[in-house]
Amino acid sequence: MSNTAYIFDAIRTPRSKGKKDGTLHEVKPIDLGAGLLKALQSRQDLDTSYVDDVIMGCVSPVGEQGTDIAKMIAQNADWDASVAGVQLNRFCASGLEAINTAAAKVASGWDNLIVAGGIECMSRVPMGSDGGAMGMDAAFAVKESFVPQGIGADTIATLDGYSREDVDAYALESQRRAAHARDNGWFDSAVVPVVDGNGATILQRDDFIKADSTMEGLGGLRASFEEMGKYGFDDIIIKKYPQLERINHVHTPGNSSGIVDGASAVLIGSKQAQSDLGLKPRAKVIATAILASDPVIMLTGPGPAAKKALKTAGMTTSDIDLWEINEAFASVALRYMRDLDIDHDVTNVVGGAIAMGHPLGATGGCIMGSMLNELERRDLKTGMLSLCVGGGMGISCIIERV
Amino acid sequence: MSVFKYEKDADGIVVVTMDMTGPVNAMNAEYYQAMSETVTKLEQEEGLKGVVFASAKKVFFAGGDLNDLVKVDPDDVEAFFNGVEDTKAQLRRLEKLPVPVVAAINGAALGGGYELSLACNHRIAFNHKAVQIGLPECSLGLFPGGGGVVRLTKLIGVEAALPLILESKRLRPDAALKLGMIDATVDSLEELLPAAKAYINENPEAAIQPWDQKGYRVPGGPINSPKNAQLAVMAPTMLHQKSRGLMPQLTAAMDIAFQASMLDLDTALRIEGRNFAQIAAGPVAKNMISTFFFGLNKINGGASRPKDIAPMKTRKVGILGAGMMGQGIAYVSAMAGIEVVLKDISQDAAEKGKAYSEVLLNKRIKRGKMTEDKAKQVLDLILPTASNEDLQGCDLIIEAVFENIELKHKITKELQGYLSDDGFWGSNTSTLPITQLAEASDKPGNFIGIHFFSPVDKMPLVEIICGEQTSDEALAKAFDYTQQIRKTPIVVNDSLGFFTSRTFGTYLDEGCQLLAEGIHPARIDNLGKGIGMPVGPLQVFDETSLELSRKAQETWAEMGVTDKWGDGTVLRQVVKDMVTDNGRGGRHHGGGFYEYHSDGSKNIWPGLFDLYYKADVQIDDRDIQDRLMFRQVIETVKCLEGNVLRSVADGNIGSIFGIGAPAHTGGFLQFINTYGLEAFEQRCAELQTKFGDRFACPDIVRQTSAANKSFN
Repeated sequence: MSNTAYIFDAIRTPRSKGKKDGTLHEVKPIDLGAGLLKALQSRQDLDTSYVDDVIMGCVSPVGEQGTDIAKMIAQNADWDASVAGVQLNRFCASGLEAINTAAAKVASGWDNLIVAGGIECMSRVPMGSDGGAMGMDAAFAVKESFVPQGIGADTIATLDGYSREDVDAYALESQRRAAHARDNGWFDSAVVPVVDGNGATILQRDDFIKADSTMEGLGGLRASFEEMGKYGFDDIIIKKYPQLERINHVHTPGNSSGIVDGASAVLIGSKQAQSDLGLKPRAKVIATAILASDPVIMLTGPGPAAKKALKTAGMTTSDIDLWEINEAFASVALRYMRDLDIDHDVTNVVGGAIAMGHPLGATGGCIMGSMLNELERRDLKTGMLSLCVGGGMGISCIIERV
Repeated sequence: MSVFKYEKDADGIVVVTMDMTGPVNAMNAEYYQAMSETVTKLEQEEGLKGVVFASAKKVFFAGGDLNDLVKVDPDDVEAFFNGVEDTKAQLRRLEKLPVPVVAAINGAALGGGYELSLACNHRIAFNHKAVQIGLPECSLGLFPGGGGVVRLTKLIGVEAALPLILESKRLRPDAALKLGMIDATVDSLEELLPAAKAYINENPEAAIQPWDQKGYRVPGGPINSPKNAQLAVMAPTMLHQKSRGLMPQLTAAMDIAFQASMLDLDTALRIEGRNFAQIAAGPVAKNMISTFFFGLNKINGGASRPKDIAPMKTRKVGILGAGMMGQGIAYVSAMAGIEVVLKDISQDAAEKGKAYSEVLLNKRIKRGKMTEDKAKQVLDLILPTASNEDLQGCDLIIEAVFENIELKHKITKELQGYLSDDGFWGSNTSTLPITQLAEASDKPGNFIGIHFFSPVDKMPLVEIICGEQTSDEALAKAFDYTQQIRKTPIVVNDSLGFFTSRTFGTYLDEGCQLLAEGIHPARIDNLGKGIGMPVGPLQVFDETSLELSRKAQETWAEMGVTDKWGDGTVLRQVVKDMVTDNGRGGRHHGGGFYEYHSDGSKNIWPGLFDLYYKADVQIDDRDIQDRLMFRQVIETVKCLEGNVLRSVADGNIGSIFGIGAPAHTGGFLQFINTYGLEAFEQRCAELQTKFGDRFACPDIVRQTSAANKSFN
């Protein structure tokens, strides 16, 4: 690699319930994103004319999130007119894909400073708003044996033997860690409050975390995908995995990622940018990886992606200090830890999307912030970030503090 | 002179009366020519006020010519597509005429007939039960490709149109009217033309199809509107679950309906045409047309019935044994208006047998399918009795007692004297040789096997078995009786297990082989379903009873016919393990391979894993699937080769209706035609090498292949 891609900053908005009664529902996507860019600008005292591009992941890039929202956000933040913007969509990996792409562009030497992250106002542009082929195209759905991700998550649990107690216990720990981190202010340096046009605060901190979760409470929730499974999805996935007698439906709203509104922004640049602007590098990107696995289950990509990234970096699992796996569903995290033979103690140390929510396109940037903060707070060196991705893809990124 | 009679009246209304050369109006070359001339003439007609399409036949219009469709060459799909487009272009021109066009539906308008009606601005039908309306193409492996999917979707919306198309529904005019498939009905044929003309006179502006009007919105909206999201996701899912992805015509029809809801008519029609060409040229259409149209017609037309014997109506049937089979036979006979004497050893048992009919009839009343009066008439036809004398004068006696030769012999001797002089004796048996059973008969020529399937009221097939001495008259009698009770007869020659039981047995046997090899039982059953069988081999073995199999094995041992059709060692061992050693005789014996719970759920009996399961066995899904399929196909071929089956049609229909052979294959013999005879031989050889001689390909396949023929 000719150049090193440094990470100078990684911030996000607080996350809030992605429904009508969520705190951020009143905020336009372009305002949520612009607020974050403005905060980044002021934190780094950034000459925005130096920024080559703003790369934003967004999974439902239609309606208010349409028309290349990344560029719209750059304009709405009053950044220099020379700053470009591109929205990309690699499903739930969009945020990390933005980071990986930015890192690659910087590493290539063709760009010097890029903002990478993502945005998803799920309360305003709900999942599925794009009416895409996945699930909604009859011929494709039958040909590809489409099942919703929740059915895939339950299938992982069935294949691996994770019980309802296993996934609920995982979820409870995610809630505990997230609440503990938030309440101790561990997120504060990376979470930028959302304010209105007058500067009044709309949301200061994450308000999605359910700190009072209990095993009893989690155990009382109804399995989300059982009914759906009966309508045909179970039979379809069993056709693909015929050794399964039935699907054990263990996932509930309590042990799956939450639907939230949120945005993230990560500042990535070259040595040149560092010296030109006097930026302080916090970490560098060591390796990235993308691949795809079984598109029917759709959620088994992260482990293989992490291994691929390790191979690229010439590292082994023991070289990694902390791990972040997006908690799309508890079974995804459990499968990831099993695939890599790693411990929960070093994985998602401040909780994850089960507790804090998963603003689809933004999540990759959110977990980058958590990772960076925790590596610094614990004075550790290397971190691996992974997400499961629609279509069976898996994505990873290895960073190292500098 | 065209076969479309063209008459213009004083009001300027042209009545086109379709009167094609054949027995019905159909979409063929003659139609194309006549329609072409007619549309051109209509376009040029001066002072035209409206058009009525009528039929001079009993049937309004019968649809596409399956003789042509079954021959669509996969190498020439483009030419076929162009032909379809030309035919559809005529209908498009028809619906774009500047005057109202009305379909005056006097008789059945199915398939192409209804598609023609859809291209009219208004549809009026004679409200009579003989006038069936619908799009039944999917049941023949096709879909309504003459504009049917697109126009019906545009007319009534995706959600309403899909079930009608996918389930090949045929509706009476009043039902079709309710669904919006037609616009009006008349109560007599005389009113039909006047009503059509009156509509034209009263609605001169009704010349533009709804979908050609600006701002037209498909009922329910386009499929990609957010409120249809659930429909868009769930409809393909339920279809996939039901069809197991094995019926490409259904998927294509749904896909086209989805697209039709979003696109303009012309584009949607073109998409429909492209897909239609692909589906028509594909294997499933060929399989299903061959078997469900040509094969079934052959059978229903009496190809297996002796030609020179006059129809033999059954008036009074005696049924011996009021158990599960006897009571079902009594019900279907009474439903056909036949007087039934239902005899068992006690009056009580006979009454119980009759009560079964009462339950079924009450269900029909509840569903509004039958009046109470009619139900009572049916029930009154059944006389439950313990007295032999009541059998006096039966022109047919069907014995349906336990599968035991001695018992059957005894009953035959005891009761044959009660038959009328020209009466016939039928034995309902699934395996016992008819020739041997007939030894007890005074008139073995009048003795025949009539194999019913359980549950009798639901299963559409009857397997008629001719013993060595069975006369043509007896065959005609059994054949006619079967049709009288509205079932499909196949005729086979006498041999242990006949055709259906013998072939079905290989499915169970291969399931046991796989189990004994250590394959996960769920995998065996799921892959059985995966090839399109109704249920997996282990589950169906539970249903048909392992205990019954054990008893049958005993009987065969006594008869000295153990392993007559192949080595049954593995199956016998599994049955011994299960029934004898573990008391698991099947579903109706407290459980078998599965445990059954009171809430209707079931799970694999855990002991099965201890007995057989080996986690480290390596085998491809494809091998398992082919083993389950090929065993049955090979056995069917052997039945044909050994003259147990008398015709290919019987083998195909019998395998689907009697054994549950996957419908998309067109039956176990048609399966080979589509697989390719040489490829089939080759695959048999591979399976034989890997898994044993039971996969040896019968010679008849090689011979047929060498003669450049297929199984027809």
